[in-house]
Amino acid sequence: MEEGRHANIRLDAVAATAPIECEVLVIGGGSTGVGVARDAAMRGLSTVLVERGDLATGTTGRFHGLLHSGGRYAVKDPQAARECIAENIVLRRIAADCIEDTGGLFVTTPIDDPGYADRFVAGCTDTGVPVEEIGVAEALRREPRLNRRITRALVVPDATIDAWKTVWTCARSAAEYGARILPYHEVTAVTRAGDQVTGVVARNQGGETVEIRAQVTVNASGAWAGLLAAMAGCRVQISPGKGIMLATNHRLVQTVVNRCDMPADGDILVPVRTVSVIGTTDTLVSDPDDWAVTRAEIDQMLQAGENLVPGFAGSRVLRLWGGVRPLFQDHAPQESRDVTRAHAVLDHRARDGVAGLLTITGGKFCTFRLMAQDAVDAVCAVLGTTRPCRTADEPLPDSEDRHYYVLGSRLAGRERTLLDEQVICECELVRRGRLTDEMARRPAPSLDDLRRAVRLGMGPCQGGFCMYRAAGILHQTKHLSAAEADRALLAFLEERWKGYYPLLHGDQLRQAWLDDWIFQGVLDAGHLPLRAPARRPDTETAQST
Amino acid sequence: MTAEQEFDFIRDSLDHCVKCTICETACPVAAVTPLFPGPKYVGPQAERFRGAGQSVDASLDYCSSCGICTLACPQGVHVAEINSRARAVMKQQHGMPLRDQLIARPPLQGKLGTPVAPVANFVLSNRLARLVAEKTLGIHRNAPVPKFAGRTFRSWARRQPAPASAGTRRVAYFHGCSTNYFEPGLGRKAVAVLAHNGCQVVLPRQGCCGLPLQSNGIFDAARGYVRRLVAGLAPYAKQGYTIVATSTSCGLMLKREAREILGVEDDDLRAVSSQTYDICEFLAGLAEAGELQTDFRPVPLTVTYHAPCQQQGHNIGKPALDLLALVPQLKVIELDRTCCGIAGTYGLKREKYDIAMQVGSGLFGDIRAARPDLAVCDSETCRWQITHGTGRTSVHPVEILHRAYGLG
Ligand SMILES: Cc1cc2nc3c(=O)[nH]c(=O)nc-3n(C[C@H](O)[C@H](O)[C@H](O)COP(=O)(O)OP(=O)(O)OC[C@H]3O[C@@H](n4cnc5c(N)ncnc54)[C@H](O)[C@@H]3O)c2cc1C
Repeated sequence: MEEGRHANIRLDAVAATAPIECEVLVIGGGSTGVGVARDAAMRGLSTVLVERGDLATGTTGRFHGLLHSGGRYAVKDPQAARECIAENIVLRRIAADCIEDTGGLFVTTPIDDPGYADRFVAGCTDTGVPVEEIGVAEALRREPRLNRRITRALVVPDATIDAWKTVWTCARSAAEYGARILPYHEVTAVTRAGDQVTGVVARNQGGETVEIRAQVTVNASGAWAGLLAAMAGCRVQISPGKGIMLATNHRLVQTVVNRCDMPADGDILVPVRTVSVIGTTDTLVSDPDDWAVTRAEIDQMLQAGENLVPGFAGSRVLRLWGGVRPLFQDHAPQESRDVTRAHAVLDHRARDGVAGLLTITGGKFCTFRLMAQDAVDAVCAVLGTTRPCRTADEPLPDSEDRHYYVLGSRLAGRERTLLDEQVICECELVRRGRLTDEMARRPAPSLDDLRRAVRLGMGPCQGGFCMYRAAGILHQTKHLSAAEADRALLAFLEERWKGYYPLLHGDQLRQAWLDDWIFQGVLDAGHLPLRAPARRPDTETAQST
Repeated sequence: MTAEQEFDFIRDSLDHCVKCTICETACPVAAVTPLFPGPKYVGPQAERFRGAGQSVDASLDYCSSCGICTLACPQGVHVAEINSRARAVMKQQHGMPLRDQLIARPPLQGKLGTPVAPVANFVLSNRLARLVAEKTLGIHRNAPVPKFAGRTFRSWARRQPAPASAGTRRVAYFHGCSTNYFEPGLGRKAVAVLAHNGCQVVLPRQGCCGLPLQSNGIFDAARGYVRRLVAGLAPYAKQGYTIVATSTSCGLMLKREAREILGVEDDDLRAVSSQTYDICEFLAGLAEAGELQTDFRPVPLTVTYHAPCQQQGHNIGKPALDLLALVPQLKVIELDRTCCGIAGTYGLKREKYDIAMQVGSGLFGDIRAARPDLAVCDSETCRWQITHGTGRTSVHPVEILHRAYGLG
């Protein structure tokens, strides 16, 4: 039952001295890009993917966790609703291990339009989203913490999906089909020969330049797609829509709970693994890399949660993050929520007179497979070949037996190794072996990469008790020198602080104090030797004699 | 507050956990066996992985429910209560052994054993019979099981004229199962001590409080027991009677655990809870008000005093020590150990007996070293365990007071 093999690929580290040649080059290691790489590789195309950071560090790793049933879009965006339910069914079939089958509820809370529920049911029926009304008492029995003043409750097949696991298993499958997956390769230029895009120049982690030549380049860089297209002299209008989310210390509901009204801010509470996540907002930002979260937005989320689950605002909040939606639109939008959630494949030969470049954009996490299918169909058209897509039927690695992930799986797995193995991260129950396996797969793992890969430090203490252990293990297993391990630890602490300090109050503030005592008081982290000590000649002589 | 909110209040207390590990260092079980992953692990940590589906962590059953973790937690996490509830879910889903059903029902044992006490006691002390019980039921052959008194406390009390008392304090005595079936002498002495202190003592109809069921994770039946008990006691509580208990753990059930662990919440329980006192707490209260009879005769004995875990759960300090200090010539040695290991029915079980004995070994060693005439302790199962582990006779503090008052 225990999860954990999903990141089973070794990643390429070395810079290629000669240019890498391929048929399809994918830019962007989010759900869309990795989906494209897997689909292309499965169709037998030689494929390379470049991602500027680690996989799923863009919007994909910062989303809300919802495998939409389509209900959310049933009234406002029927096309998106149809795509969602179709892909919901497909993903349940091929990616069961990444999905927890929580089910979803749409509830009419006191602040919702009471008439919306009927339109909602009609919209669901039109778009093929299964919907069933249950009594308020039954809804409260299933979710005792729900606002007792709800007046209607509708059940839809919402679920939650783990982005990291999905992306990593897709990448692993793509690699098994021959694709090369290159995280930490940032595209710095798109190369052209006349009107033909010939590939990209990328910079790797060591600052070296890697040239990649491809027959077709697929721009799957999400909210950054406009910037990438511009590098090729093309125009794509993306309106980056920022959204923020807060995670509570433990699950307050076991079902995805949505307000039954037109989509609004903070109207969904999602049980994501051990936590509940409230979200989200939607504000247009000008630069997908430059946005901040305000205190007002945090309060807004806490209040929104209060409406769904009374007492929410007083519960312990672990962390806060934001993501930027890659909303595609050819004309500048007024209001971010009005932009369609459906996706588009753009062929820049037709649009900009530049051949060999496609942009796949818009969409949602839960439609990534369909987006990839459409994109690779277009790739095949450019290459003048027709090859059938098989991603709707072939399960992802670890999902072959079609068992959904369950919340207790790590606890169950731990039970079997209770007497033999150390737990490194107590909050998220990360075993030592799971961590060292993950380290062994990566050329230069950062603590933050490990965090995403195995959920190290994602729980209540936010790394307070596991990060110094993990840093020590990285050093002990010879992945990092002492000074590098120290640097990695500090880098992690600084990164965590960002998602942490705007929220600190109550229990989490107390936790932060204890963590601070551990790192500053016990480990004196402020004075770690970040440089390797200079060799002292006298000790060397002493040793050699 | 509704029961549901109270339930959430227990689970929500996990939010206060800062992982400091103080509960793990205080846990007497984790200290002696790796089979129990510790209170922090099974409590606030594992709880985050529960709630949606199957119970998967059977190791939590090694928790003895002593409750020391909750007491030790500086942040206010209800660690033991979280564990108890998780155990109940586990038992509900995976079924429970016949043994647990049996040992969790003292009234059943009492009704079966009392009429045939000599035979039952013979069987209970027969090595071969105990071996069979171990093999078939999983009750450890050496575990300290009490002897049936033959005549119950209640049947004695029925024939008894109401104890003469000049006083006006109205006390409803909650004697519990153990006094009724196994230690009726304690009940007689408690009534005499109360009467000596001006209490009009009545004996409401009463059965088991459900604690053994609860600690074995059989919550539905436990709720039934405690509701029935509370229904019997509530009229007295509402008429202003003080409910006084000699079984410290059963008293705790009425005060706190029925609500916090079983989630029972009603007016009767509220009325009973607020009126319930452990007998030492009650008498020490009288002493504080200057109303306790202090006509104590010298008792030239050396005794040890061990405050059991459940007594500590009352959050009342150690009133027995204050009372014993009033007895002339009595030398009291306070023992600074947390748990004797038995934890109700835990130490009776084949797979847990050795753990329980190891948990208690520190206490046993201290008692043996002190060479007391008597080992004093407020809880019946702990007394049996102490006697089992040390060979010393163990008594309730009230029995010493009874002797000091010269009442019999
Ligand atoms: C707040 C929020 C909540 C959401 N909730 C949900 C939800 O619950 N369910 C759902 O289905 N969808 C949800 N979405 C939508 C969903 O997250 C996105 O549509 C989806 O993740 C986009 O994936 P992507 O691969 O297209 O983009 P990304 O994941 O952003 O991938 C693009 C990648 O390109 C990389 N890149 C950029 N520039 C370069 C470069 N120069 N060189 C190399 N790589 C580069 C980036 O680092 C990034 O990793 C949500 C979105 C937001 C913002």
